[in-house]
Amino acid sequence: MKATPLNSVHRKMGAKMVDFGGWDMPVQYSGILDEHNAVRTAVGLFDVSHMGEIEFHGADALALADWLATNAASKLKIGQAQYSGLLYEHGGFVDDILLHKVADDHIFICVNASNQDKDFEHMRSNNPTKARVEFASSRYAQLAIQGPKGPATLQKLTKTDLSPIPYYHFTDGKVAGTPARIARTGYTGEDGFEIYVAPEQAERIWGEVMNAGQEFGIKACGLGARNTLRMEAKMALYGHEIDATLTPLEANLGWIVKFDKGDFLGRAALLKRKEEGVRRKLVGFEMTGRGIGRDGYEVLVDGAPAGWVTSGGPSPTLGKNIGLCYLPTEQAVIGKQIQILIRNNPVDAVTVPTPFYKRAK
Amino acid sequence: MYPADLRYTKEHEWVRVEGEIGTVGITDHAQKELGDIVYVDLPKVGSAATKGQTFGSVESVKAVSDIYAPISGEIVAINEALATAPEKINEDPHGAAWLVKIKLGAPEEIKQLLSPQDYQKYVEAEAGH
Repeated sequence: MKATPLNSVHRKMGAKMVDFGGWDMPVQYSGILDEHNAVRTAVGLFDVSHMGEIEFHGADALALADWLATNAASKLKIGQAQYSGLLYEHGGFVDDILLHKVADDHIFICVNASNQDKDFEHMRSNNPTKARVEFASSRYAQLAIQGPKGPATLQKLTKTDLSPIPYYHFTDGKVAGTPARIARTGYTGEDGFEIYVAPEQAERIWGEVMNAGQEFGIKACGLGARNTLRMEAKMALYGHEIDATLTPLEANLGWIVKFDKGDFLGRAALLKRKEEGVRRKLVGFEMTGRGIGRDGYEVLVDGAPAGWVTSGGPSPTLGKNIGLCYLPTEQAVIGKQIQILIRNNPVDAVTVPTPFYKRAK
Repeated sequence: MYPADLRYTKEHEWVRVEGEIGTVGITDHAQKELGDIVYVDLPKVGSAATKGQTFGSVESVKAVSDIYAPISGEIVAINEALATAPEKINEDPHGAAWLVKIKLGAPEEIKQLLSPQDYQKYVEAEAGH
């Protein structure tokens, strides 16, 4: 199994470890609810070094990003980050990715851990430009410092003034004396930063952040809390809301598809699907009956199979059982009475607006 | 660690036998493995439990875990408090957070359950894997 540079730290801290797509990762330390609440009310620290990094170099870097990804990379300013879709020609997702424009000739991309090899191969083999595609994962460890006290925690460790960095922007600076890419991004629906540092610095930086956050009640957080947090914020998880069989149109990610930017890989297929009509849509639900609708459970409308749950579970913030599911487009409306088949037992639920949680700005 | 007056299963349930009634719960090891428990599904009073068959489930934030009947008999009571406070299972798994009471249908089954010492060994061996 693959391990991040922080593996021994997690074990020393007594984290419960799980196999996450071939990575030996902490699922929880003090408990998922405790960690979740720390991120919503104070600050949490996540090791997300399993995430992959791929870089485009050269004068064609932006052109390549615009060809391979659905969002308008050419609109990015230096120091800006952008969520985007990496699609096959047939319109399905290779991955969802986070682009960062470092310079006019340098794009830095954060990709999903278990997709990184596939992503790199896809980018390399679909590169019609002179840009160089570099598989850079081994050069980075990634830590996420998330929560309302995330900025204050990180500010103690850097001379870079963090307050002028807007959401989905980044800067290169130093954290605890080591070079770091400091991005105001995250996967929790909360304020905070994701920092990229050299792997050999990860353990020291982890300790520094834990110390800096102590006065705010910082908690080390695992993948369990990462999942409940991102679900409340309705952020997609590859293999759940999106995969090779689903396009951004089904996943309510039309906003990351810029048809007017010119041609891109998957554009024709998406346009065709748009003209023919999107058959199913992602919609949020809330359990009204007793039970928890979970990933993969069948969804019934009027007693007949209609769709499936992509992610489901308890929402610690709301104190309700929530989830996301695919339903036929005409059924995927707010306020629809549905049932989730929980161990052969249909349990009532209702579709609701998303995101389930939105932080006060 | 594991109370001496209880008997245990390899599926991590416990039974406390008092007269003809067996009180059933899940072990401290089971609650730790599950993490924060958020939901409990228990059978109806009056229904039948069959040793080794699932009769309910306990759910944590991340996972669903079946509960297997450690003994056969009739369900004569369920712990109603767990419906609104399932987290009690994390707090007091061998005491206040019992799940069901079963009127013993086959008292000789008790002998097949694990002693506290044997259960402890079993859990340690499992962890060693």
